[in-house]
Amino acid sequence: MSEEVKKIKVTIDNISVEVPAGTTILQAARMIGGDVVPPAMCYYTKLEGSGGKCRTCLVEVSKGSEADPRPMPKLVASCRTGVMDGMEVKNITSPRVTDARNGVVEFLLLNHPLDCPVCDQAGECHLQDLGYEHGKAGTRYEFKRRTFDKHDLGPYIQLHMTRCILCYRCVFTADQLTEKRVHGVLSRGDHAEIATYIEKSLDNNFIGNVIDVCPVGALTDKTFRFKNRVWFTKPVTAHRECKCCSGKVTLWQRGEEVLRVTARKDQWGEVEEWICNECRFEKKKTSDWVIEGPAHVNRHSVISQGHYEKVVKPTETFKAVHDGRDPQLLMDIHSVSEVNDPNVDLSAIAGPATGEVFKLTKKSS
Amino acid sequence: MGALTNRAKVLEQKPMSFLERLYLPAILKGMAVTFTHMFKKKATINYPEEKRPFSPVFRGLHVLNRDAEGRENCTACGLCAVACPAEAITMEAAERQSNEEHLYREEKYAAKYEINMLRCIFCGLCEEACPKDAIYLSETFAPSNFTRKGFIYSKDELLIPNPVTDRENFDKAKGLREAQLKNK
Repeated sequence: MSEEVKKIKVTIDNISVEVPAGTTILQAARMIGGDVVPPAMCYYTKLEGSGGKCRTCLVEVSKGSEADPRPMPKLVASCRTGVMDGMEVKNITSPRVTDARNGVVEFLLLNHPLDCPVCDQAGECHLQDLGYEHGKAGTRYEFKRRTFDKHDLGPYIQLHMTRCILCYRCVFTADQLTEKRVHGVLSRGDHAEIATYIEKSLDNNFIGNVIDVCPVGALTDKTFRFKNRVWFTKPVTAHRECKCCSGKVTLWQRGEEVLRVTARKDQWGEVEEWICNECRFEKKKTSDWVIEGPAHVNRHSVISQGHYEKVVKPTETFKAVHDGRDPQLLMDIHSVSEVNDPNVDLSAIAGPATGEVFKLTKKSS
Repeated sequence: MGALTNRAKVLEQKPMSFLERLYLPAILKGMAVTFTHMFKKKATINYPEEKRPFSPVFRGLHVLNRDAEGRENCTACGLCAVACPAEAITMEAAERQSNEEHLYREEKYAAKYEINMLRCIFCGLCEEACPKDAIYLSETFAPSNFTRKGFIYSKDELLIPNPVTDRENFDKAKGLREAQLKNK
């Protein structure tokens, strides 16, 4: 016996949509799409139990339901509130919501070090986007920001606890994706931090996914650390035969070098399919992958500045006109420049590059 | 065929008068104009003995800044490179080691930093984009060179003298700047 799923009507910012019962407001808004979707820092569709922590997705419910039309007294977290039939929700049309969200962003940024120039997440950071849309130019906070000792999370994952916003996504990932979770949130309140209790490395085969779910730069890829800025790398979709995962990834290339491998992300910045550590950290050669083409990047993202998608290269006419002769080069840039040196293969270095890497290959002339 | 508009004028071509046919008055008139210029202020100067002062908003050759302790400000964030409309700036980042803390201000630094002066259009967007006060456009221009290779400026050419280890050159450069300001 198949049960008929009841469709209920919900109106978000004066746009009506019919959704199955049991949908959350956030999911209903995502079905509409566009500007009415509240931002979400901690909620993750693929992680059970996530959401309700960051409070950035607050919305105003101006009409509870058809049966009980009273408005909800307080703003509600849209990721955790289910829709009712005839519910009316205000997101960007409500000044209360915008005001509250600005406050939430201010709170999230209280202890954030704002070291975006150093951080590898810059350019694809959700907190950056959120701060850009809702943040104030200055801070009102007068006290010392909380700091943490550096915590080592194994050979592949770098933890910067100062940047963490305690969204718990990585904890849920480890809980639901791997057999044995060895990290969690320790202490309480201002002292709360993501940590392995005793300096234990995260070595499960799927633990690399915590890097992708992290909305900020708290968990970053050590094999990509400081190699290049995200917006200077070229995202291409690629796949390979993998025994333990789907093998469907996005490669971030510079020239022919594969600087970073991540899972493919959908329009909400969520992972489409989890990938294993082998694909993520160890397959750093273009020959390991079957390349499908440039990945789609939202045109509002700084990553799209390279314009890799749908590029039509003009045909070279010089050779045809000059009886098959190549144009004479006035200067080969590699003979002078020490940047992007063909002798330096950044993808072959396990960790971040040091001054030595570039010193060794310095030109003798 | 009629005219498209009624604005066309018929050019009168009268025969020249006797004085006009002589040409001499016109020549003398022209020479008089030339002669008066000998007593006017010259538009040129004797470069390089004399130099014109730069405007305070002049955008010239780039410098990479250090802080008061002589550490490099640049963290290789790439904002100057992404802001650059001519794509003249390139860099390689590296991680600061524990024995390099007196050299670089932050945990990441630019191991290589290059500006291609052949590409640079001196728009100053790199200076505007820099979040670390690391790059500035100075009040000089790039010196001429015989080869293209001489226009790829690396960190050696761009960094200001270290105020701690190279105080002499630092003061000299600072003195030059103060003298420039005084002359204005």
